[in-house]
Amino acid sequence: MHVTFSDSEQQFQTEVREFFSQEYPQDVLQKMHDGIMLEKEDFVRGQKAIYEKGWAGVNWPEEYGGTGWSATQKHIFYEEMAAANCPSIVPFGLSMVGPVIYTYGSEAQKQKFLPGILSSDEWWCQGYSEPGSGSDLASLKMRAERDGDEYVLNGTKTWTTLAQHADWMFLLARTNTDVARKQEGISFLLVKMDAPGISLTPIITLDGEHEINSVFFDNVRIPADQLVGEEGKGWTYGKLLLTHERANIAGVAVSQNRLEDLKSLLAQKQASGGAPREVNTFARKIAHVEIQLHALEYTELRTLASVATGKAPGPESSILKIKGTEIQQAIDNLYYELAGYNAIPYLREQFAADYPGQQLAESTDAWAALRYFNFRKASIYGGSNEIQKNIIAKAVLGV
Amino acid sequence: MDFSLNDDQTMLRDSIVQYLGKSYAFEKRMEVVDSSAGFSRDKWADFAELGWLSLPFEEQLDGFGGGPIEMMLLMQELGKGLVIEPYLATVVLGGGCLARGNNEKLRGSLIAKVMAGEIHLALAYAEAQSRFELAHVECRATEASDGLLLDGEKIVVMNGAAADYLVVSARTSGEQDDPNGITLFCIEAGRQGIERSSYKTVDGMEAAHIRFEGVRVDASDQISARDEGLAILENVIRDATLAVCSEALGIMEALTYKTIEYTKNRQQFGVPLSSFQALQHRMVEMFMELEQSRSLLLRAVIKCHEKAPDRAAAIAALKYYIGTAGRKLGEEAVQLHGGMGVTYEMDIAHYFKRLTVIDTLFGNSDYQMNRFVAAA
Ligand SMILES: Cc1cc2nc3c(=O)[nH]c(=O)nc-3n(C[C@H](O)[C@H](O)[C@H](O)COP(=O)(O)OP(=O)(O)OC[C@H]3O[C@@H](n4cnc5c(N)ncnc54)[C@H](O)[C@@H]3O)c2cc1C
Repeated sequence: MHVTFSDSEQQFQTEVREFFSQEYPQDVLQKMHDGIMLEKEDFVRGQKAIYEKGWAGVNWPEEYGGTGWSATQKHIFYEEMAAANCPSIVPFGLSMVGPVIYTYGSEAQKQKFLPGILSSDEWWCQGYSEPGSGSDLASLKMRAERDGDEYVLNGTKTWTTLAQHADWMFLLARTNTDVARKQEGISFLLVKMDAPGISLTPIITLDGEHEINSVFFDNVRIPADQLVGEEGKGWTYGKLLLTHERANIAGVAVSQNRLEDLKSLLAQKQASGGAPREVNTFARKIAHVEIQLHALEYTELRTLASVATGKAPGPESSILKIKGTEIQQAIDNLYYELAGYNAIPYLREQFAADYPGQQLAESTDAWAALRYFNFRKASIYGGSNEIQKNIIAKAVLGV
Repeated sequence: MDFSLNDDQTMLRDSIVQYLGKSYAFEKRMEVVDSSAGFSRDKWADFAELGWLSLPFEEQLDGFGGGPIEMMLLMQELGKGLVIEPYLATVVLGGGCLARGNNEKLRGSLIAKVMAGEIHLALAYAEAQSRFELAHVECRATEASDGLLLDGEKIVVMNGAAADYLVVSARTSGEQDDPNGITLFCIEAGRQGIERSSYKTVDGMEAAHIRFEGVRVDASDQISARDEGLAILENVIRDATLAVCSEALGIMEALTYKTIEYTKNRQQFGVPLSSFQALQHRMVEMFMELEQSRSLLLRAVIKCHEKAPDRAAAIAALKYYIGTAGRKLGEEAVQLHGGMGVTYEMDIAHYFKRLTVIDTLFGNSDYQMNRFVAAA
């Protein structure tokens, strides 16, 4: 048993670190540092830099343009990315639909879609949830009826993250309603967002942001070759995507980085004013989260190690999402508490790149409430934490 | 021992419930929140007419003469109704300082106008470095040729933009943390040298950062004895803490029962969410925390009503509990609503946000725990 990096791994670490401090767009990192809201273009530019380095397909096989990295290398990459305070990679293309296409797609689909996903030239969104089908996803009602060499789509998708930026959507729709189990008869389809009959309504979240949407389909016709794999097997493919990307699901590296920043912020307030008088109480709260995070880091490493030796991830891997989001949210809460009154103003303009004035407070303080509010979503989306527990009870505990 | 309301109190509560139920729809509230108005002047006029603005003021001032029990009843309903009008700022904080202060002239004239709904007030006490310490005051009033000059900055002054008069804590002697040497002034918000930058708050209300630069003040503006303003400030903040805890309890009650209702109606897996035992237990937890919080609220209110010597500790205990169990309850309500819980459109998120902000107001749960320990 050991966890120290080999010489070549250390070299790799240096290379990644240098990439983020030199080749990656520094103005995007500066915006992150200053608490400036990122635009679509910032995300794309950042991801393109990673792509040009050949690192976009972190988890992809080499034959499709992936890195072919070892588990340790992936771990190092995510650690350095978080340490650089790099914005997270939008998952819908690179982590979600990409793997489905290279695993189940036709040769033509691979040719057509994978390059645009890798290069971030095409923005994807995920059309799974519907108004009546959230936790019970398999009950989805969206229809896709075959008509010659087309499918005709009717129904509503909702909560669709960043669909307003998307060129494509991957979705689950029902191609057959005459089935014994509701998981059958669902197909995995790719839809161009400018297809006639698609309309979009923003859903504003509690923090006042437009991040999610409802997407309506009214007789939308798509070529039948935008079906991935076999008709009626969409549930299986869709599930692959939910289990993929274990490597980063817990957000350990990001949480570690944010916790370190939180400690510096506390120290800074102690030096220059505004720290809680009951500073020891607060330091212990940080420590409480930190210890949980140490545990999660090792749980994640155990998972990575077993995957690296070709084994299936152990039962411990199932807790990554739940514990990861709980820790994220606990950290958000600590930022909120530390900010005191500085978290109360809601002055959205102050986060724009061209805001002429000064931010009302240190940007971490100014963001604290909004971020805490926004990340309540983390325990709801991607299979809520309650649903994750149901899965663990059934699949891991066998009860 | 008796926890029931008397007839007058019952009538008061019923009239509040009736008015808010009839005239304070959530959708209308959101229209106001999303406008630049900040709050509804029409509603404020109604509050005056209903006597709410006179509630805590003594009968000699033509007030209603209500005590902590009456204030609890009102604030609880304001919480349930998600009322955004600046009752706390104008009546409890600003009005409270005037009422407890020693400036007879201002007390008489301004409180009369507050009760009539003619003016708004704000209490400017927090500063960038002060966190929750009332005695940490760097804003200074220094001697000049004829009177004093006020300099400094106050942050997150609730209702700071709409206020016609500002109550300001300023240092007239001593070092920045000295409990002595703080004087309270009440001045027109438009006085020369005052600059206000206002903004919405994360819970949909309004506040302002306020800069004072060479603002002339004199003895007629003073509402506390020179250098002895802290005691008044502490008492007013204690009243306000109790008030926001009552508001929080109203919110917790709304969240608990709205969540139960939602899970009964929302179907997944072919059954109502409320049929899942995992969720039933979560809602039972919410309910238990609601009732425990209510008990601590009643305890604190009764101790204040009876002027028990340990009432400050009881308020600290209550605020601590609301800040932990209350916020947890808010998070649970959001979680159990799934995606709907994080939408701006639904009231759940707005209750949750207000509850979160209430934890910070007048000192969050860690701060209150410390006060409790110190008092015990
Ligand atoms: C910000 C945000 C972004 C999202 N982005 C996307 C996206 O891009 N694409 C997409 O397809 N979807 C997206 N989602 C949708 C997300 O996956 C769903 O919200 C989630 O699956 C929960 O479904 P629901 O909202 O309908 O809640 P419901 O299913 O109604 O659940 C409500 C509550 O009941 C609990 N519950 C439900 N069933 C059970 C059970 N059997 N046992 C115990 N508890 C249960 C849930 O855990 C939850 O707490 C997003 C959601 C949010 C909030």
